[in-house]
Amino acid sequence: MNQNLQHILDLINESSKLSEDDKTIVHNALKKADKDLVISEFKLERTNKVKRTTAILLEETIEELEQKQAAIKQTNIALNKSLEDLKSTQAQLVQAEKMASLGELTAGIAHEIQNPLNFVNNFSEVSKELLEEMLEELQNGDTEEVNAIANDVIQNLEKIVHHGQRADGIIKGMLQHSRTNSGEKEATDINVLVDEYLRLAYHGLRSKDKTFNASLDTNYDDSVGKLNIVPQDIGRVILNLITNAFYASNEKKKELEKEPSGLNRFQPTVSITTKKENNHIEIKVSDNGNGIPKDIIAKIFQPFFTTKPTGQGTGLGLSLSYDIITAHKGELNANSTEGQGTEIIISLPIKDQDKWK
Amino acid sequence: MKILVVDDEQDVKVLFQQRFRKEIKKGELDFVFAFSGEEAIKTLETIAHEAVLILSDINMPGMSGLQLLEIIKKDYVAPPPVVMMVTAYGDEENFNTAKALGADDFLTKPVDFKLLKEKLIQKK
Ligand SMILES: Nc1ncnc2c1ncn2[C@@H]1O[C@H](COP(=O)(O)OP(=O)(O)O)[C@@H](O)[C@H]1O
Ligand SMILES: [Mg+2]
Repeated sequence: MNQNLQHILDLINESSKLSEDDKTIVHNALKKADKDLVISEFKLERTNKVKRTTAILLEETIEELEQKQAAIKQTNIALNKSLEDLKSTQAQLVQAEKMASLGELTAGIAHEIQNPLNFVNNFSEVSKELLEEMLEELQNGDTEEVNAIANDVIQNLEKIVHHGQRADGIIKGMLQHSRTNSGEKEATDINVLVDEYLRLAYHGLRSKDKTFNASLDTNYDDSVGKLNIVPQDIGRVILNLITNAFYASNEKKKELEKEPSGLNRFQPTVSITTKKENNHIEIKVSDNGNGIPKDIIAKIFQPFFTTKPTGQGTGLGLSLSYDIITAHKGELNANSTEGQGTEIIISLPIKDQDKWK
Repeated sequence: MKILVVDDEQDVKVLFQQRFRKEIKKGELDFVFAFSGEEAIKTLETIAHEAVLILSDINMPGMSGLQLLEIIKKDYVAPPPVVMMVTAYGDEENFNTAKALGADDFLTKPVDFKLLKEKLIQKK
């Protein structure tokens, strides 16, 4: 029994003022108090034990958390570094894609400039000959012939201007294409732009691969007119779609040529259609290549997605195209039937300000 | 003899008509024009009974000049037409292919019309 309770019990036992009965009552009460005390002490002891364990656990947890925090910090640093690396790699790749498409262009450009320059030279030379002849006819007094020659010379001078401007346009297009900073929006004749890039893409691929050949099918809607766009950006999109279309149809041709059945009658064909709709303009590039399987069509606009062998594809063409079209508040959509071909449709909004032009 | 000029550039026609103005006027040379390989084949069918000299560009959309050359040299059993190919300067690959396919003569771009005139009059 608790010492203090024992002391009280002893005092009560020795006391003569209490009756035996009262002593028994106090005795029992004290015993009960002692029992309660023992239980309380036991409970307290148990609570203390729990407290100690909890404290230990807490300490352990805190330590663990601290370790984790340090690890996270480290991971964060690493992640930031990776992100920076990724950003710079991406910038490099975007530039590489630009340069690759420029490379595709340069060969086409060389070819495209040669023809107009030849015309400029030829029509100049021939005009000089014609004028010499005209002098002769003047002396002969043959006014009819003089008139005929003069008209030819006028026509030739118009052709010289036309082909000179053609060469000029091609060079301007090339310079704009290679420029890194994004250009300004300007009112641009969509059909002219499309046709220019189509020819560049075609001759570019042709000069890289001599066996390359495809039919071109162009359907330009004359009512399309001008649209306020960044011409070199939209040009880049068109170049990309056309390059992809040529690639796809040419791959199919190569595949069929491998077969013994002699199915090599296949003629790769790429069609470009422009169309004016109510409030937007559509530019559609379609090919008769092998199409895009259903399970990957959702991925083609993702950066770096490519099914082409290394060195032949960056997987950035469509993703850049998507960004450019979105920046113009337009849409880029793909439809494809496996084995039949693919069509990619650019649609650009016509704003009121464009309508009045 | 007819001379069939095949080139996808429309202005080639005007240019030839002026470069050979005198010869055409005097009836010394007779030109026909086609703006694609496909069109050239069709034209050839309509003038099958006449002697023809073909002057063809190589780089054309659709049927290329080389494909046209191959078809002409294969499909025309009767004395096949004389074919002159116009190749880009320094383009060995196309030159060799055309030679292997049976091209009779070559001109390099830019075409030297004086030389062409001599050749045409001599082959006539
Ligand atoms: N016209 C098409 N026909 C078939 N597949 C296409 C076509 N255009 C794009 N693709 C698919 O989309 C992928 C991504 O295209 P893109 O972003 O231009 O990159 P890349 O051409 O470098 O592969 C291609 O690798 C190809 O699998
Ligand atoms: Mg691409």
